[in-house]
Amino acid sequence: MALEEAKFRQVTIDAVHLDLGPLSGVVAEALLFSYQIACNGTPLEGSRLVIREVPIEVYCPACKTRKTLTSMQWFYCPTCGVPASEVIHGKELMITGLEVRDERRTTLAGSA
Amino acid sequence: MNAEPRLLEVRKNVLKQNDQIARVLRDRFRNDGIFVVSLVSSPGAGKTAFLEKMLTFLRCKYRVAALVGDLATENDAVRLARSLAPVRQINTGTLCHLEAAMVERALNGWEIGPLDFLFIENVGNLVCPSSYDLGENLRLVLLSVTEGEDKPLKYPTIFNSADVAIITKIDLARAVEFDEAGLRANIQAVRPGMHCYSVSAKTNFGLQEVLQFFVDRRSEFPQLDPALRSGL
Repeated sequence: MALEEAKFRQVTIDAVHLDLGPLSGVVAEALLFSYQIACNGTPLEGSRLVIREVPIEVYCPACKTRKTLTSMQWFYCPTCGVPASEVIHGKELMITGLEVRDERRTTLAGSA
Repeated sequence: MNAEPRLLEVRKNVLKQNDQIARVLRDRFRNDGIFVVSLVSSPGAGKTAFLEKMLTFLRCKYRVAALVGDLATENDAVRLARSLAPVRQINTGTLCHLEAAMVERALNGWEIGPLDFLFIENVGNLVCPSSYDLGENLRLVLLSVTEGEDKPLKYPTIFNSADVAIITKIDLARAVEFDEAGLRANIQAVRPGMHCYSVSAKTNFGLQEVLQFFVDRRSEFPQLDPALRSGL
């Protein structure tokens, strides 16, 4: 996905920023480990993967507001204790940003 | 001289492709009036035994079929075929879970005619299947009485992605000193309000309640033949 973006925008990617929620089913360490292997031999080789771990946020029907959970083993409002199973954040496995350098500008600067 | 690095903002779901296929599947199922139930559990929890009974009972009144995923062998498809329902095996090779594209491929070119229920048995795994939407209407997570009452706390993600919990092999409960109340409390901790059934595919205990639940949920589905809504 990041590669497509790089090709489309004609840029070189230094880093891929990713939001990762505990409910995505993906572990940051495993992703970091496999990222390097997956990037080898591609234009992303040598790029960094920057993971931002997103906490679980649920909607509390009693407080009528969003609440951040401290444990993924307890889906109850931390303030009022009411069951809160409507997940707003925490399932993310999403590329949020790319650190890029403009390829065309680099080439022009290089040939100047 | 290198150009200045800059940060480009993008918002792309890494599993977008799977989610798109799953959405197409879900629309297709809805249009065809097929209620789709998927099953996830650890290996050996009793998905196949449970599903064989579900297919056998539902077959009397409904048109049913099943897809079954495994790394290798056709063993589960052979077992499920004893129910006389159409069954197709998906061999995933080394992949530890089913993806929407595999379901799509398995359905294409499968001449089974109109269906009321389709079951999808996932590869035995409580981790990876939680990330992949298969276009199902209902996801069951099964766990047997031998697995430990704290399983929901150890694998909260899969419980969070599922709609119903099925406690299997309840006929062994006494032998393994199973604490049913404890397990149910743990399920409610990670997924408040989750429906939970205790069953035995061996003695048929609790199976009628689950069947009735499927039938009720299916009747809430649009575009159904009213003649088929009469229950079991």
